[in-house]
Amino acid sequence: MSRTTILFIVASGLTLILGVLRIPNIAHGSLYMIGAFIAFSISKWFGGGTTGFWMAVALAPFAVALLSLAVERGIFAHLYEREHLMLLLLTFSFALILGDLVKMVWGGEYRTVQLPGSFKGPIPVASLPIPIYNLFLVIIGPVVALGLWLLANKTKIGKISRAAAVDREMVGAVGVNVSWVFAIVFVIGCFLAGLGGALVSPIVNVTLGMDHTLIMEAFLIVIIGGLGNVWGALLGALIFGLTQSLGILIWPQFGIVFPYAAVVTVLIFRPTGLLKSTW
Amino acid sequence: MATKNIHGRESWFVLVLFILLLVFPLILARFYIYLLALILVSGLAAMSLNLVLGYGGIYQFHHAVFYGVGAYGTALTITKLGYSPWIGFLVGPLLAAFVSLVMGAICVRLSKLYFGMLQISLGSLVWAIVYRWYSFTGGDDGIHGVSMPALIGSTTGSYYFALFVTAACLMAMYLIVKSPFGSALQGIRDNPVRSEAVGVNVKLHQLVALVIAGFFAGMAGVLFVVVDNSAFPDMLFWTLSLEILIMCLLGGWLTFLGPMLGAAIMVALRTFASTFTEYWTLIQGAILMLVIIFLPEGVLGYVNAKFKQLGNLAFGGKA
Repeated sequence: MSRTTILFIVASGLTLILGVLRIPNIAHGSLYMIGAFIAFSISKWFGGGTTGFWMAVALAPFAVALLSLAVERGIFAHLYEREHLMLLLLTFSFALILGDLVKMVWGGEYRTVQLPGSFKGPIPVASLPIPIYNLFLVIIGPVVALGLWLLANKTKIGKISRAAAVDREMVGAVGVNVSWVFAIVFVIGCFLAGLGGALVSPIVNVTLGMDHTLIMEAFLIVIIGGLGNVWGALLGALIFGLTQSLGILIWPQFGIVFPYAAVVTVLIFRPTGLLKSTW
Repeated sequence: MATKNIHGRESWFVLVLFILLLVFPLILARFYIYLLALILVSGLAAMSLNLVLGYGGIYQFHHAVFYGVGAYGTALTITKLGYSPWIGFLVGPLLAAFVSLVMGAICVRLSKLYFGMLQISLGSLVWAIVYRWYSFTGGDDGIHGVSMPALIGSTTGSYYFALFVTAACLMAMYLIVKSPFGSALQGIRDNPVRSEAVGVNVKLHQLVALVIAGFFAGMAGVLFVVVDNSAFPDMLFWTLSLEILIMCLLGGWLTFLGPMLGAAIMVALRTFASTFTEYWTLIQGAILMLVIIFLPEGVLGYVNAKFKQLGNLAFGGKA
């Protein structure tokens, strides 16, 4: 379940960008990886422990958001009119570049972020020992979902961005600076990638290549949920995470095959995803 | 886009290139022969993708699956089933074409980005199976040391085999592109609705194109086994698919020979870059970005346009 939360947070950022900007952002996985690495560095800077962890989780997503803002303003903003294939490959070029930059800065070793003492150890839930941190993650997931829902439905920027997703030119015609709306949505999406990376850093090995599998999984989740639909991302992440855990229980060797099979099954019957897509 | 036959100048160019490729092994060191063979293999894979991407306008995001299936089909037929390599060479592409048929039949109902997404998830499923089926496919270790017949066992022998098979495949692909079927496919790319209206079965044409492309990608996989004597799961991973896509884009995805040129540039650059830096993917990403921003038609597309400006014939047979 804790992995489901991470998948949801990353996928919700991806689906947000897909839904409003229509960019299939392959570099999203790299931003997740960078979030994890930055969390590691921040945590180390503050000497690990409780302060280090909280500072890492609080600051790393902002660092990733800043980076993405620079990239969006510098390059993407000029290329929105290109077709999907070009945009997809452009984000892939970023994934390649960011991957190697991470290698330059942090090197190829395995790293991990220390958990604060209060999060260590299991807690009994319904007579099963559950690690406290995993429980914390399970609570964070719905909080993020609720936050995104409030952002999309109750704030001005959310309403404008939903309108811009439907008809970009019309929104521009009524005097909204669409370019900046896109930038803000892009940055929020990337912030979520960074948050996912920071939150995952204490429970996995932070290393090169952690972006490759995750981005594919996040994409599949977004597709089965319905492109651009945040609740779809939640549903997709649940399906993906649960089939994965079940698969590992039933047939450990082929555990990773189950979620892919689930995705294929969903897509055969509902090619455009389970929930309504914003496209 | 008018269909144009290869005219005098272009066929001379291709002939000279072929003769050069024939004599290269006599003058070049072994390493460069291996490199040339690798270029031919990647180029064939990229050109088979371009058959559906450039000519068909189908977003085949995960093309490496068929390349990998071709390679595994051959390697497994030889090592696990113990048949002669020559049978393995046939099994590989046929298996790839069959996988392509199944995947295509599922995906072809959708269009554009949705097609690509479903195709990539099906491809990932195939990858996950190959990656985990240790007892049969060797899991993440892959298969190494596949023995080849003596005739094509040496570096030079495998190079000539790759050269002749690639040349034959290119000729076949050229004929397909120029055939009525190829014209129909390009018509579908340019305007699917109108093609349907004039009585072309759009989905069927696309499916046939996918199967053909899968077959040739499988052939490229076979050649990889011949050249490298191995097969490994990374050949089916999505990053390789995008690399093949980059080759098409770099060389020019609206030209016939563009993907081969793109493959040559990529493989050569990778080899030379890796001798002085470990940050090859950084360079690759930078090249890709520059190509997308400044050369969206690719190198050959750009050259073609320049030639046209000079009033000369475009080379490579523009689609």
